[in-house]
This record gives sequence, structure tokens and C-alpha cells, in this order.
Amino acid sequence: MSIRIPAFVGTIIESALSPHPVDRYLELVDPMTTWRDLRAQVIAVDRPTSRTVRLTLRPTRQWKGHTPGQYVQLSTVIDGVRHTRCFSPANTPADDIELTITAHDGGFVSSHLREHAHVGMVVGLEQAAGDFVLPDDRPRTAVFVSGGSGITPVLSMARTLVAEGHRGQIVFVHYARTPDDVAYRTELTELARADNVDVRLHYTRGPAGDHFTDDHLADVADIDDADLFVCGPAALMDAVANHHGSRGLRGRLHQEAFTLAAPLTVDPDAPVEGSLTFLRSGRSATNDGRTILDQAESAGLTPESGCRMGICFSCTAIKKSGCTRNVLTGETDTETDTQIQLCINAPVGDVEIEV
Amino acid sequence: MTITENPTTSTELVPVDVPATETVPDTETAAPTPDPKHIVLTYEQVEALGRDLDELRARVVADLGQKDRDYLYSIIRAQRGFEIAGRGLMYLGFFPPAWLAAVGALSVSKILDNMEIGHNVMHGQYDWMREDTYNSREFEWDTVCPADQWRHSHNYLHHTFTNIVGEDRDIGYGILRMDRDQKWNPYYLGNLGYATALMVLFEWGVMLHDLEVENILARKRKWYDVKGLVKGMWRKAGRQVLKDYVVFPALTGPLFVTTFLGNASANLVRNLWTFSIIFCGHFPSGAQTFTPEECADETRGQWYLRQMLGSANITGSPLFHIMSGNLSHQIEHHLFPDIPASRYPEISGEVREICERYGLPYNTGSLSHQLLSTWKKIAKLSLPNFMTRDDNDLVVTVERSRTAAA
Repeated sequence: MSIRIPAFVGTIIESALSPHPVDRYLELVDPMTTWRDLRAQVIAVDRPTSRTVRLTLRPTRQWKGHTPGQYVQLSTVIDGVRHTRCFSPANTPADDIELTITAHDGGFVSSHLREHAHVGMVVGLEQAAGDFVLPDDRPRTAVFVSGGSGITPVLSMARTLVAEGHRGQIVFVHYARTPDDVAYRTELTELARADNVDVRLHYTRGPAGDHFTDDHLADVADIDDADLFVCGPAALMDAVANHHGSRGLRGRLHQEAFTLAAPLTVDPDAPVEGSLTFLRSGRSATNDGRTILDQAESAGLTPESGCRMGICFSCTAIKKSGCTRNVLTGETDTETDTQIQLCINAPVGDVEIEV
Repeated sequence: MTITENPTTSTELVPVDVPATETVPDTETAAPTPDPKHIVLTYEQVEALGRDLDELRARVVADLGQKDRDYLYSIIRAQRGFEIAGRGLMYLGFFPPAWLAAVGALSVSKILDNMEIGHNVMHGQYDWMREDTYNSREFEWDTVCPADQWRHSHNYLHHTFTNIVGEDRDIGYGILRMDRDQKWNPYYLGNLGYATALMVLFEWGVMLHDLEVENILARKRKWYDVKGLVKGMWRKAGRQVLKDYVVFPALTGPLFVTTFLGNASANLVRNLWTFSIIFCGHFPSGAQTFTPEECADETRGQWYLRQMLGSANITGSPLFHIMSGNLSHQIEHHLFPDIPASRYPEISGEVREICERYGLPYNTGSLSHQLLSTWKKIAKLSLPNFMTRDDNDLVVTVERSRTAAA
């Protein structure tokens, strides 16, 4: 449901409910009736393989759509805590969003969604973002290479080209562990029916582990001028980038870094290492093991702070990435995009912080 | 004066016989000194007390989850219900019982918003949920004081320097004499009057708190230092005044005046209630104050000890605890300001037990008892010290550094 009312009435409603955002009232009645927030409701759940779950999401009216290849941040509450993860829609730009989520070993959020996602569930959503996109000047020949769950952004691109009636050649190379792990088998078979679409599947597990080699692209006509799109594990990305370089391919190479949110095991006795990057001020420091607040101040920064003992929350800032250790409890935290207290957290390895 | 320095330099030292190797609290030697009003703690005992409390804290933090989230949202739901009911009933404001019900509902809404929701969320008690709005960075409450200024004066200054005379501005809020160690002057003859005025106008007093008006008057702080603060107050107070005294009265059309008066009454009721609860937090007799020297280079255990000795609880029903934002568990709150307040009742028994184990007082009493005690103190402190008796007969001797025990 959407709300469209004159701006003047909107101003009155906002000032009447001030200081609380209007959405903090509406969500108690219906979380999908939103004033400003973007959310989405799960309208279909499918589990195409033993490790994946496919969600069809219907976003609220604030959704601006995605460009093929972009990702969205999806958030869901697990045992009282809101967790946010990035996923790339696999569909062509449309109102509904299709995400296929692979439950990686130890993947907390993906495993939770694989088990518990259900129709009617409401999730938090951010507008689509990312530069790994199908260029506006459409390539004549497009070669898509994906590994595992990296298939979704390139599938969105390939589907979009097909839907647009693209005349040039489309080669879609996908690497999966086993034949049972191809979450989009039916859809790929469907795509391959078009004369100009060539779908190639390779399986990486087992004795005949079939990883990327130059041969997999050698016979593509017009490979020299093709746009190459790659998304998958680091090893695959490196191999394709090497191929692109060593063969002197003239077409553009587009790649999306694909990282697993694997839980980090931390050895508290390990030597202090890594660097601390202060994103807002553009400075950085070599991690010396002290708290982030101390290290920021030594670097000449003056972040807001107070008690310096973890009780007042004045120094809370967003950690973009990296692992931190709470110096009071010894607990480590590897979540990205999360608020931490600078005065009681020390970096473990590389950390990026919004200071 | 309650805490003495290193006993080797203290004249009022009661000899403490502690082997240098002792690291665990020994209940036999810890608690009962011959005089229950004189508590003696060794360095190691205070550290052991700190470890006990850290352990209790870790246990609660590990257990936080969906039920705490559900609790917060249930309070928010109730608050929104009272708010909508109160605003709606104002349309029947011509009918006195309806007007009274409207004021009652709106008062409850504002009290829940400010205390069990606002104060606690702004402490970061729910930051672990990583939820939008309901976290210490973003939450704004239904009162004129801007959240960021409150977090500075309350979360940081008051909770870090709790009850240190000269450092904790909550001792008297710059206008009252709340401790015998504050120097008397004739201005304080009006102590009762100032306290009453502060009670009636409490939300405005809270708003002005971070300005430190007395320091500006004493020229310790310059006006341009506080320009940003004043702007923030102007913005926040403007929005609150617009809502309560223009928008909602206007929305009730011909009932503008009754709605205006109703909203003013709800704000007043909230002021009286929050003032009363908050003044029972640190001012009832028995709550201790400290000097900056006593608190220099505190260990975590010593910080815990100061929080325990400086705070006072109020007994009451579960509903009373909710309506006081669980500030009725002031001791637990000051030990663990960032643990969800709804957990305080369940840990209060254990905190009390820890107090008893170390022979420490656990200051608690009914609302009327604690209020009476507070107002008596306000009255007595309007007079110079020689004219009144010091009610505080508690002496705590703490060994402040490890070297003396060795």
C-alpha cells in the first residue's frame, strides 16, 4: 500500500508526531505501509538447491529499481538483532526483486534465511547500489563468467539483454560445485534457447574438478572485442583477469568482488598487525594494539568521546569492515557496517572506521 | 566524607589484616567490622567486588535477545496507544471527565516515552539490536531537551563522575545545594523554592542543564562556547512547543484552549513525576558523595563501589518500576547503565547479595520514604552546616592502591 498525500498535510503530520519518525508509528500497524522507509515483503519462497533459497520481494513505493548488476542491502532480525547483508538481484529491472541466497558454511544470515524465510515476512531494504553494471552503451558481444552465488548479478544482466532483444552474441559461463548446485538450471536452459545465447556449465567438485582455463573462452567468436563480466570467488576472478591480460583482449573487463562473510577465528595472542583506516578524515595508522579511540587521537583526530570506559556511548562510530576486540570482555566482532564504541574496542588486523 | 585514601596514610584507619597473597573475597574477614557504620575494604576486596559485578554483567549481556526486543516494542506500543488515546480524547475536551482522561493518557505517554523508552534507549541499552531509531545515536524523546545534549550531560558527565562534588553537575544542577560539602551562602536560603520551581519546570531545567548557566555567569564559560547548544535547544524546543501548543490545539478547532491546557497539564504531570523519581536516585540520606581526590585513577572495582554507594533505589510494584523507567533500580542502573533496564529487577537480588557480602549498604525504601528524605535534605541544606545535623554517619575506608596490601 502506498501513501500519497499533499505535502502540506504531510508537514502537519510530521510535526504532530515529532520527535518520532512517522514510520515508527505506521510500522506498529502495518510494516509495509511506510512514510519514508524502504522495506520489502517476501511474496514467494523457493529452495532450488539444498543450499539456496530464492526470495521474491515486493518493495514499498520508495523502491527506485536497480540497474542490472547492482546489489541491495537486505536486513532481517535474528534473535532480536538486525543483521544486514548485500545480495544482487537476479531479475531484469522490474517492481519485484528476485534474490537467490546461498547458505554458505557458517553464513549466519544466509543460513537463517535458507531455514526460516517465509511468505509474508518483511525485511529491511536499501536502494540498489554498486558500479558493476551493464553499461548504457550495450556491448555487442557480452561474455558473463560467474562462480557459485556470483551468478545473480550477471544473470540479471544477461536476462536484461535478452529481454531487450539484444542481437549480439551472449556467452554465459557458470561454475558450480556439482550439477545439483546450479540454482538457475531451468532459467539457463530457457535462456539458451535463443540463437545468440550460449550457456556453458562447469562443475568444480569431484575428481574431474573443472576450474576456469583459457580453453573455456578460446572458441568464443569475437572474444577479442567482447565485454567480459566476472563475479565469483577470488580464484575465479583472478584467473579470468589473467586471461584477459595475457591474451591482450581489447574489450572491457567488469568485475565484482565477491567476499564471503566467513566468521574469523581470532588468536588473542597473535602479534598486533594491520592498519587502521579513518574513512572520514582520510587518514590511517599502523595498528599498535591500543583502543581505536587512543589510536585515532594519536593520529591527530578528535572524535567525540566521553567516559573512556565503555559506559556513555559518546564515541560510538560505524565500523565499515574488519575485526575488533572488546578490551573489557575479550569478545571479537567481525560484522561489517556496525556501530562500535571506540574507547573499548581495539583493532585485530585491518579495520576501517568512519572517523 | 566517606572514602579514605590509602590506609597507610589515613588517620582514621581501622587496621586491616590481609595477607599479601589473598585474591578472593573472604566473607569471613570482609564484612563485619565491629561498627556497621564503618566499612573497611581492602584493595583486593574491591577488585573482587568488581569481578563479581563484571561476571553478573557478562551473564545478562550473553542472554540478551528477542525477548528484550519484544519487551521494548511492547512498551513502545503501549506508549503510542496512550499517546493516540490522549490526543483523541482532547476532541471531547468540553466534557471534564474526558479532558481528565486525555490529560492522564497523555501524561502516561510522555512518562513512558521519556523514561522506560527514551532514557534507556539513549543510554545505548538497545544498541545491540542494531535497529534504526531505537539506538543511542538516533533516538529523540518527547521533551524539550535535545537528545545529544542529554547524552553529554547525563550519560557522560553524570554517569562517569557520579556524586563527585564539583564534577557531577547533577548534584544540585548548578542551582541547588544538595550536599554539605557544597559551600553555603545566603542564596541557598531559597533551596526549597528553587527545588519546587525546578520540579514544576523540570523539562526546561533539563534542557538548560548542558549550558552550565552558573559557569557562564561565573565567566568560566563564554557565550560563544554555547552557541551550538542554544541553537539545538531552540530547534528542539521549537518543535515541541509547535506540536503541543499550536498544532494539536489547532487540530481540535474550537477546543483550542482546552487542548492547549490539557497538553500543558500533561507536560506538568510528567515534570512532577520525573523530578520526583530522579531526585530519589542520589539524594535520599545514605547516598554518599565523594571528592575528586578520592576518585582519581579509579580502578573498575572502585568505580563500581562509588556507583553503589552513591545511588538509592525505590521499592514498588512492577507497574511502578515500568513507570519510573526502572530508575527505581538506580543502583543497578548506575552499575550497568547500558544493560536493558527491564533486566534490573531480576538482577537486583544478586546485586543486593553482593552488597551484603562486602558489608555495603543497599539503600532502598518506598517512594514516600525516599521523597521525604530528599525534601528534608533540601530543606536542611538551605541552612549553613553548623545549624543542622549531618545525617550521614557512614564511614567507608578503602585501600586505594595495591602496594599497601603487599
